[in-house]
Amino acid sequence: MQTEEMILPETKVTELPEACSHEDEYELVYQRPSTMVDTTMHYCPGCAHSLVHKLIMEVVQEMDIQEKTIGIAPVGCSVFAYDYMDIDMQEAAHGRAAAVATAVKRLMPQHYVFTYQGDGDLAAIGIAETIHAVNRGENILIVFMNNAVYGMTSGQMAPTTLTGMKTTTSPDGRQNEMYGAPMKIAELMAQLPGAYFVTRQAVNNAGAVRHTKKALLNAFKYQQQHKGTCFVEILANCPSNWKMTPLETSHFIDDEMSHAFPLGDIKVPKGDLKIF
Amino acid sequence: MKGNEALAEAAIQAGCDAYFGYPITPQSEVLEYLAREMPKHNRVCLQAESEVASINMVYGAAGAGFRVMTTSSSPGFSLMQEGVSYIAGAELPCLLVNVNRAGPGLGTIQPGQGDYFQAVKGGGHGDYKLIVLAPSSVQEMADFVFLGFDLAEKYRNPVLLLSDGAIGQMMEKVTFGHHEVKVSEKPWATTGKPATRQRNYITSLHIKPEEMEKHNFHLEEKYNSIRKNEVRYEEMNTEDAEYIFVAYGLSARICTKAMDLCRKQGLKVGLFRPITLFPFPYDALNKLADKATMMMTMELNAGQMVEDVKLAVNGKIPVDFYGRMGGMIPTPEEIVHHFENVIHPTYAN
Repeated sequence: MQTEEMILPETKVTELPEACSHEDEYELVYQRPSTMVDTTMHYCPGCAHSLVHKLIMEVVQEMDIQEKTIGIAPVGCSVFAYDYMDIDMQEAAHGRAAAVATAVKRLMPQHYVFTYQGDGDLAAIGIAETIHAVNRGENILIVFMNNAVYGMTSGQMAPTTLTGMKTTTSPDGRQNEMYGAPMKIAELMAQLPGAYFVTRQAVNNAGAVRHTKKALLNAFKYQQQHKGTCFVEILANCPSNWKMTPLETSHFIDDEMSHAFPLGDIKVPKGDLKIF
Repeated sequence: MKGNEALAEAAIQAGCDAYFGYPITPQSEVLEYLAREMPKHNRVCLQAESEVASINMVYGAAGAGFRVMTTSSSPGFSLMQEGVSYIAGAELPCLLVNVNRAGPGLGTIQPGQGDYFQAVKGGGHGDYKLIVLAPSSVQEMADFVFLGFDLAEKYRNPVLLLSDGAIGQMMEKVTFGHHEVKVSEKPWATTGKPATRQRNYITSLHIKPEEMEKHNFHLEEKYNSIRKNEVRYEEMNTEDAEYIFVAYGLSARICTKAMDLCRKQGLKVGLFRPITLFPFPYDALNKLADKATMMMTMELNAGQMVEDVKLAVNGKIPVDFYGRMGGMIPTPEEIVHHFENVIHPTYAN
């Protein structure tokens, strides 16, 4: 996937023209989805979580499925996802979201069930639950936030840490001889027969955000049709633990991370279903 | 019916919506029975990839407001402890079953009672309590399923049925009778958020110390209410008893025989059988200690419940202990012999 032109942050903060205070005179073109809770988030500036939360909740709003959507939050930075998404949610033990989601979906097959997990949660401690849920073709969406580190515990090495990448537990850079190569989770999931739609996206520029939004929308629509597991991996910026500015993290995703984890669809349904 | 099968059938009759399990001896019959029978009732039965997955599936199903059960045996139940702690923390009603085998480690598949501490003192991390029921017959394997689900929903607390390999495997006559399935309201469940209410979320996370402590106090208040209202036990021949045997589950059955043998010899022995291991019948035992001259606890472990018996008796009278381990089951005669040794050391030898 080609990245589109980067949206640079405004360098100069100008005062709002007085006219803006007269809301009636203007057309509202953008606002927080109604399915998001109006609150302050705990995420670091430049973190991808808040953006992806919003994309999922936009899909829920657009499909008008707030009453039928159950989210499963992980242990990790997004452990408080239920504070931000205005839907019923369950907070799972570390790594077990896919097992929790399995039960919820089996008992409420007409509901939309998704898990939201980081790479420590899903790719390390929860890999067994994830593989088995996908292999069973559970009709759920798994949103996999890959930022290559354990975020909440402040930047330790994850199974997805890039070769040579320095983290607090790989101070000299990850050595493949010691820890193996970074795990390509989406590719691993794609080869399981229960996986229906597997894609890897990013949210580091406007084009990428649009692609991710579309992937999430497709995944929810496939779930509507009971097609099997949808797996959306998202390369996620982590300025605090990568020790970069938000802008640098966006470049890092383009220049480094997307080489180790190529972006794009990995397993897509054939024929008419591609129209979404 | 086998104890394990009676339990499985009772689960169906008690309106259990979902069962998640993993094979392990000596309780695999539960999974086998439910894999066959649950689909006939349009219920969910899923063999999970591990006990870790089973218990987290229980968490999900209970959080969504369904009646749900899992069963396992000692090593498998150890694997579930993290999930049990989360379930207790999030206050989710469910029925857990441990068909206790002998340990530690892989141990043996023979019956044991070595998981008493794990069952009643914690097992997982943090301050929490399970309501623990100890069946001593196949009939109780069935009856306690109904009771267990009702208690779980009444208190929003996991209930553990602590059985053992013998009660699970033995065959006895069992009647199910007619049970009204009480459908309790679960306004807290994650059923999907309508516009008419706030969102529901299931969590055991309280990151602010003030809120965490408040939650801990709330749980403790609930456990105190359970301590006050749900103590269950059985007394046999305790009215005139000079000596009291204290035992639960399989041990209580053996001690019943041993008591009969003692009575035939003119020894005034009674039996006290705790049915709820949490809440433990401290008060009832303490009262008995006013009348009796000695208590003897028998367990299939190195001495676990005896600590609670001593706490209950509080030094009023001596408390003796006799235990066998590793799947070895004492005969009633063996217990009588030990007991005679204790009360008349020279006479018995």
